[in-house]
Amino acid sequence: MFYVTSIGTGYDLSNSVFSPDGRNFQVEYAVKAVENGGTAVGIRCKDGVVLAVEKIITSKLLKPGANKRIATVDRHVGIVSAGLVPDGRHFVSRARDEASSWRGTYKGPIPTSALANRLGGYVQAYTLYSSVRPFGVTAIVGGWDTEAELPVDGQVGTGPKSGSGGKVEGAKAGGPGLYMIEPSGLYWGYYGAATGKGRQAAKAELEKLDLSSGNLSLADGVKEAARIIYVAHEDSKDKDFELEMTWISSVDGPTKGRHEEVPKELLEEAEKAAKRALEGDDEEEEDKGQGEQMEE
Amino acid sequence: MNHSPEAWGRPRNDVYGAYDHSYLQTTGPKAHTSSPAVTGTSVVGVKFNGGVVIATDNLASYGSLARFSDVKRLRKFGDKAMVGFGGDVSDMQYLDRLLDSMDIKENYSPHGNMLNAKNLHTYLAKVFYKRRSEFNPLWNHVLVAGFDAEGEPFLSSADLLGTTFSAPHLATGFGAHLAVPILRRRFPEGTPLEDVSQEDAVAALKDCLKVLFYRDARSTDKYSIAVITKDGIDLKEDEQIQGQSWAFAERIRGYGAQTA
Repeated sequence: MFYVTSIGTGYDLSNSVFSPDGRNFQVEYAVKAVENGGTAVGIRCKDGVVLAVEKIITSKLLKPGANKRIATVDRHVGIVSAGLVPDGRHFVSRARDEASSWRGTYKGPIPTSALANRLGGYVQAYTLYSSVRPFGVTAIVGGWDTEAELPVDGQVGTGPKSGSGGKVEGAKAGGPGLYMIEPSGLYWGYYGAATGKGRQAAKAELEKLDLSSGNLSLADGVKEAARIIYVAHEDSKDKDFELEMTWISSVDGPTKGRHEEVPKELLEEAEKAAKRALEGDDEEEEDKGQGEQMEE
Repeated sequence: MNHSPEAWGRPRNDVYGAYDHSYLQTTGPKAHTSSPAVTGTSVVGVKFNGGVVIATDNLASYGSLARFSDVKRLRKFGDKAMVGFGGDVSDMQYLDRLLDSMDIKENYSPHGNMLNAKNLHTYLAKVFYKRRSEFNPLWNHVLVAGFDAEGEPFLSSADLLGTTFSAPHLATGFGAHLAVPILRRRFPEGTPLEDVSQEDAVAALKDCLKVLFYRDARSTDKYSIAVITKDGIDLKEDEQIQGQSWAFAERIRGYGAQTA
C-alpha cells in the first residue's frame, strides 16, 4: 500500500474500478491533469463558432506560431483541448477517422452533434478497462452544420426539375454547434465552454455575455474569446503565452462554413482590444512582448 | 440488308459464313468492372498564356442512350486544379470522392492544400496504373488542368492503363480524333504559349465542342467550361453550344432510311 495516495483506500489504483461510494478515481485524476492545462474556450455565436486557447510558452526556443493546438476535423469542425497534448492529438485523430467514416457511409459531412456523440462514446470506453487509462483531456468541439443544401459527395447532376422530390420548402437546417467532452466521456452542448487552468474566470466572463439569447455576432465573439483568454491568464501572468484562435462561420460568412485560423490582422486587433480591456482593471499590464504572434 | 442492330458492324454471314463461336467465348464469369456502363465522352483542354481552359459536355450515356443530361464532368480539386473526366461515370464518382477525401486531409495542415495540378496528375496516373495492374481498372480518361510547382500552366492526361501524355492542347475519347487536329491547325507546333491568348483558347475550345456535337453521337450541346488562371477557377456548368448549322447534314449519305 506504499503507493496509495491521499484517498488511501486502494480504489484509485485501477481504471474501471468503483470506490464504495461510487467514484472512479482514475477519471478524477484525469480531470486533475486537465485542470493544469492551458485555458481553452469556445463560443457559439449566432453566425459561427470561435475557439481559442492559451498556449504557455515553455521555452524561448519554440518557434512562435508553430505547434498548433486547435485542429480541423473534416472541413467544418474544430477541436481544442486542455490537458495532455498527446492525448488531445489522439482524440483529434479519432475524430478525423469518425468524420471520414461518416462520409464513407452518408456521402456528406458529419453533423457536429453526431461527432460529439461518437467522441463521447469513445472517451467513455477508456474508463471501462483496466488495460487503459482515461483521456487526460477535456475537448471543446465546435462546428457549423451547413444551412445550404449540399450535394452528396460524388453527386453528378441534379435530376429532373419537376416531379416529386419530397423537399420541404424553407425548412431551417444547420447552424452552429459547440460541445465539451470530459475525461469521463460526459459531454454537453454549450453556448460557451471553457476548460483548463483559467476555466473559472473564463466561465464567469462567458456567463456575462448572455449567449443564450443568440445575439452575439461572430466578429464580436472573436474579440470576446481573445479577451477571455487574457482575463483567464491574469492569475499566471508571470508566464508568457501565445493566443491561438480559430473560427467557423456560416456558409455566407467569412470562412464559408469552414474551420479556419482567425486571420492575422483580426487576431492582432482582438489581442490589442483584449489588452486594452485589461488595462482598465490593471494598468501595469503593458505590452511586454507577450502574445508574440503567428507567422505562418 | 439486315437492319437488326446486332448485325451492325459484323461480317455478313452470306459473305463470310456464320460466326465461329468456339473462337471467342461469350460465356464465362461476368466482369462488370472491365467494361464501362454509364459513360461520358470527350474532354478537351487548351493551355494559354497565363492558364488553362478545359471543357466537357454535360451528358452521361448508357450505351447509345443519352441517359443523363446534366452531368458535371469537370471537378474541382482544392481551388487551383481541375479534373475533366471521360469514361465511366461511377468510376468518376469514386475518384471524385477519393480526391475530396485527399483535399480534406491536405487541409489538416496549417498550410492548407498545397498539392498542385501536376502533383494531382501524378497521383491519379498511379491510381489508374495500380488498378489496371489488379485487372480492375477505373474506366476513365482524364485531363488534369492547373499549374505546376513553378507556376506554369499545366495540362496532362492519364488513362485507364496509367498512361500519361502531355501537350499544349489535349482531348480524350472521340475528341482525340476530332478536336486535336483542329487545335493543331489553330495552334501549330512550336507556337509559344505567350502567343496564345485566353480568348483564342476559349474560342478554339468552343469550336471543338461544336464539331464534336456535330459528329460524336454520344455528345450533347450542353457543356461545362472552366478557365483556370492565377486568380482562380471560373467554372460555368450550364453552357449551350452557340451558332449551330446543320446544313452539312443534308449532304451526308449512307445512314437511316436513305437508299441512294
